[in-house]
Amino acid sequence: MADQGCIIQNNSIGETVMSKRILGGLGLLLGAGLSAGSALALEPGDPQRGQAAAATCTACHQANGSGMHVPGGESWPRLAGQDAGYIEKQLHDFKSGRRQNASMMPFATMLDDQQIADVAAYYSQMEITPASGGEEASDAVMARGEQLANRGDWDDYIVSCSSCHGPGGTGVGSEFPGVASQHAGYISAQLHAWKDGERSNDPQNLMGAIAKRMSDDDIAAVSAWYARQAPVVEGGE
Amino acid sequence: MNISKKSLALAVSGVSVALASGMMVQAADDNAQPQAEGPYQTLVELGYPAPKDNELVHVPPTMADLEEADIHPELKKVIRRGYELFTDTQQLRGKNVFNDMNCSSCHLGEGRQPYSAPIWPAAVTLPDFRGKNQHVNNLEERIAGCFAYSMNGTPPEYGSDDMLALSAYHQWLATGAPMYPDQPIYGRGFPAPDRPEELSYANGKEVFQEQCVICHQEDGSGHYEDGEYVFPATWGDGSNNWGAGIVRTHTAAGFIKNNMPLGQPLSLSDQDAWDVAYYMTQQERPQDPRYAGDVDEVLERFGPTFHKNSSYGQIREEDNHRLADHANWGEKGETVVPWNVGVPRFEDLQD
Repeated sequence: MADQGCIIQNNSIGETVMSKRILGGLGLLLGAGLSAGSALALEPGDPQRGQAAAATCTACHQANGSGMHVPGGESWPRLAGQDAGYIEKQLHDFKSGRRQNASMMPFATMLDDQQIADVAAYYSQMEITPASGGEEASDAVMARGEQLANRGDWDDYIVSCSSCHGPGGTGVGSEFPGVASQHAGYISAQLHAWKDGERSNDPQNLMGAIAKRMSDDDIAAVSAWYARQAPVVEGGE
Repeated sequence: MNISKKSLALAVSGVSVALASGMMVQAADDNAQPQAEGPYQTLVELGYPAPKDNELVHVPPTMADLEEADIHPELKKVIRRGYELFTDTQQLRGKNVFNDMNCSSCHLGEGRQPYSAPIWPAAVTLPDFRGKNQHVNNLEERIAGCFAYSMNGTPPEYGSDDMLALSAYHQWLATGAPMYPDQPIYGRGFPAPDRPEELSYANGKEVFQEQCVICHQEDGSGHYEDGEYVFPATWGDGSNNWGAGIVRTHTAAGFIKNNMPLGQPLSLSDQDAWDVAYYMTQQERPQDPRYAGDVDEVLERFGPTFHKNSSYGQIREEDNHRLADHANWGEKGETVVPWNVGVPRFEDLQD
């Protein structure tokens, strides 16, 4: 699933549609691959090659892909078990500046398209690791987090996280990443980035529109709640 | 609103505001806030119409309110069960549900949300005459209709545990709202924007590709992840059948305009919302359970009350396909027949 997924999903929907229009009968998979240009002639991501290319990643994301919750600093996301297509898109976005991050930009730039596919494949097949940052959340904060995650708060037009990130927040396809068992510091930083307009590489502004309606307390609550969800297999059986 | 909830010492915190009369909730509240900060201000800021002076504005209680409510614990359990059935109707798959939908697929916000066909009005406006089946329906029969059409299934029996639980959840959401209100209800149904002069299938298809396929897929099949429901099917066997209310173009347009893409209500132009609705409702789906082998007969019998607003039996221009001209019942096949369809009532009553 990951192999095909990354070829299709590293394009925005717009590109996929356009490629279909242009290429017609060539078929979705081939058409989408060609339209990306850079993806032409790529081999499917190879975890073994990815391990070699990921040597520079481990300083922050750790050898087991667990990342790290860094209180008061920039937390590094868990990549282990994340969808390959999602990782691949993020790396391309860091490279192109579509997603801005001073720490990631130089590392993403060092990877060519094949290495990006390989690194994504490498991390995606790792076992999901536990997350940190939600340990001190009170019962009330956890209850609020659970509500936002599973039911949302429609009085503030905040759609539940699970509507898109799936039941349990384990991720849906390559567009909606797994958020369960992700570090609270990272989830929180990303939601704030969307809220403040500093991150906008989500498809169709689906996350941005909702993050803008979340209060700081909402963000803290949902980040803590997801950080405390035990690892479950993403995209597995 | 928080203050008014408390000062009224309602057993629960469902709050209805009759804005026109001013003699109900807000008048009883010394701390009544100006209307600009009244209920549903968030929606107004998102671009929804503000409640009009003559409208009944009701804020249904939440599940958190239920926990605090001063009602019998057994009733709480039943309402919770109703909520669970409403938001995870798939647990009735193969028994009452034969497609990929939940009640909450269309009734967003757990059935509480204005402009997303909030379900509490059914609890305070029924029993009433219903045009669709031409007789007086109560709440259970109304819910049963959703199972026969929107869920492409067959309903739980009247009076059964599941039916009672669903009814109780509806009624709970109506807590504090007046029975048989004489005012229009704010945000009821899926109000459609003004219909454009021309509807474009081609534009609807294009907008669907751009705005909808990320969740609903190009083939309209929606998305299951690891066998669990995530995004509902917009057409095909996983979707509602040809007899569901949302096959009517204006109902679909109202749903889409007010609710889609998820989290971005009112973001599509009226034209685009109508065109997507037109495109979506011109795709195939399981047969209307009122069909008995002849599309024209369905049109003759149910055109005036229903299908005049759908594309049922029409020729789709793109490929000259006659819509709904098939005997595909979807997953329920021929063996499961909704027991509530076509059952008359009160035929012997004198005028």
